[in-house]
Amino acid sequence: MNTDEMNRGRRRFLTASASVIGGVGAICAAYPFLASWAPSVKARALGAPVEVDISKIEAGQKITVAWRGQPIFIVRRTPEELKALETMADLLRDPTSKEPQQPSYADNLYRSIKPEVLVLIGICTHLGCVPLYKPEAGSVEAGWEGGFFCPCHGSKYDMAGRVYKGVPAPLNLAVPPYQYLKETLLLIGDDSHSGGVA
Amino acid sequence: MEIRLVGQRVLGWVDDRFPLSKLWNEHLARYYAPKNFNFWYYFGSLALFVLASQIITGIWLTMNYTPTAEGAFESVEYIMRDVPWGWLLRYLHSTGASFFFIVVYLHMFRGVLYGSYKKPRELVWLIGMVIFLCLMAEAFLGYLLPWGNMSFWGAQVITSLFGAIPYIGDSLVEWIRGDYNVSGVTLNRFFSLHVIAVPLLFVGLVAAHIIALHEVGSNNPEGVEIKKTLNAEGVPLDGVPFHPYYTVKDLMGLAGFLIIFCGVVFFLPEMGGYFLEAPNFEPADPLKTPAHIAPVWYMTPYYAILRAIPDKLLGVVAMGASIGVWFLLPWLDRSPVKSIRYRGFLYKSILFIFVCTFITLGYLGSHPPTPILVLVARVCTAIYFLFFLLMPIYTVLDRVKAVPERVSH
Repeated sequence: MNTDEMNRGRRRFLTASASVIGGVGAICAAYPFLASWAPSVKARALGAPVEVDISKIEAGQKITVAWRGQPIFIVRRTPEELKALETMADLLRDPTSKEPQQPSYADNLYRSIKPEVLVLIGICTHLGCVPLYKPEAGSVEAGWEGGFFCPCHGSKYDMAGRVYKGVPAPLNLAVPPYQYLKETLLLIGDDSHSGGVA
Repeated sequence: MEIRLVGQRVLGWVDDRFPLSKLWNEHLARYYAPKNFNFWYYFGSLALFVLASQIITGIWLTMNYTPTAEGAFESVEYIMRDVPWGWLLRYLHSTGASFFFIVVYLHMFRGVLYGSYKKPRELVWLIGMVIFLCLMAEAFLGYLLPWGNMSFWGAQVITSLFGAIPYIGDSLVEWIRGDYNVSGVTLNRFFSLHVIAVPLLFVGLVAAHIIALHEVGSNNPEGVEIKKTLNAEGVPLDGVPFHPYYTVKDLMGLAGFLIIFCGVVFFLPEMGGYFLEAPNFEPADPLKTPAHIAPVWYMTPYYAILRAIPDKLLGVVAMGASIGVWFLLPWLDRSPVKSIRYRGFLYKSILFIFVCTFITLGYLGSHPPTPILVLVARVCTAIYFLFFLLMPIYTVLDRVKAVPERVSH
């Protein structure tokens, strides 16, 4: 065998196989660096469910509590507001809540377990601002039936958090997982025991 | 005489081991720049100065700043009130951020005026565009650090942009934030990126930008290649050594710049809410969005484009495209001439309209989106993109003037 002549085929094979193995190694080495950016155990623990007493919320009132650092809106809707939800469909992008923005037990006209008690993540589905609660008719524009208005980019939602057509937000406001521990005690962030049923 | 001799021997010793004289000559003493540089050519070296100033003031601010949700806002107040000269360091840094953009926008506009992005300087332009992206990232990351309410909501809105990406959007946003919402975790990592990652990249890219420029040589207001007319030694007839001619000129420019810059630092550091925004004097509140969210002035044109489009994904795509399209400039411009001086009426008027549009978008992006302003923003967005889309056509139709062989005397 002539040792002066190099075996090009073997060199190519060695270079290619070394590159592939080295590349796989580089990807494996990159994984911890990328995975390190996910929420830490501490951040996940701070995201634990929160209990909320809703006995003091009057009809038409809204309270805001924090869960996972996000504002959670709880509104006790009036019968008139519930009635108005039935006639909104033409103005809305997703009136029947087809998009998975709510747990199955809130997949109804009112987007809630009990019709009058609305629970929403108060974060605009456009770019994450906190929408303002505007329950008064006509408070945002003529013909306004009450709902939520985002001051950042003008997205509008009705009293069930359903998004209007022709605004930048693409989706209805999300309903978090929640359940009733008692008649007037909510657990936000966990629906494991009762599946949300009161 | 003795000292001079020692100096030469030391230099000789170094030169045998490191190309010190070679680098000095290649980039300064024997780098021949066109002799007809004007006012517009100050901004490259000024950008370098502002970069150095940002790095130095940044290092000093880091000495007293606490990158946690609990301590950040307070530590900035501590810097402003209790740290000796802390107020000056912070105002130099915050004003420096805005002036960085002023200087870089003017530097880029110079490139547009004189066709400096055209062959053979495409890579100089592309590297410059990557530097511009770095600058925007650096400014955005740094803006979260004071942990004021506008800091928080600015980061909230901008990180939410990634949520528009189909399928992976929501998990990507969570990955970027390191939490379910912008939190102290986000602040901590933004701090790391702001003081280490992006500045390292930045300095490397600036070096690449200058090396690429010195390889092809500088353009000039005439858009004439000085390398086409060389003397017997191979030196461009219309070139002068960068040092001492342009180092001295740039020092003069720096003096003028510092007068304006220090005027703002000492007398107008907030610039009426444009450099430092009022809601940022309140600590971050994750449950309360400021009544009116506006980015700092240098981001407003792109923000106006984002808001103009009533669809989340398309809005984000349009905003990305409004910056990304600049990368294509060397290939969109089909004109046979470089400099605005030899372009025709058509190109000059279109460029003028574009500049007005860009400024209008900047105005709109800092004001609340009333229906009439949104309409204006939509028209401006259309003009913005038409400027680029139609460029291959109107630069060919444009009636250009004859370009002289050499830089005029």
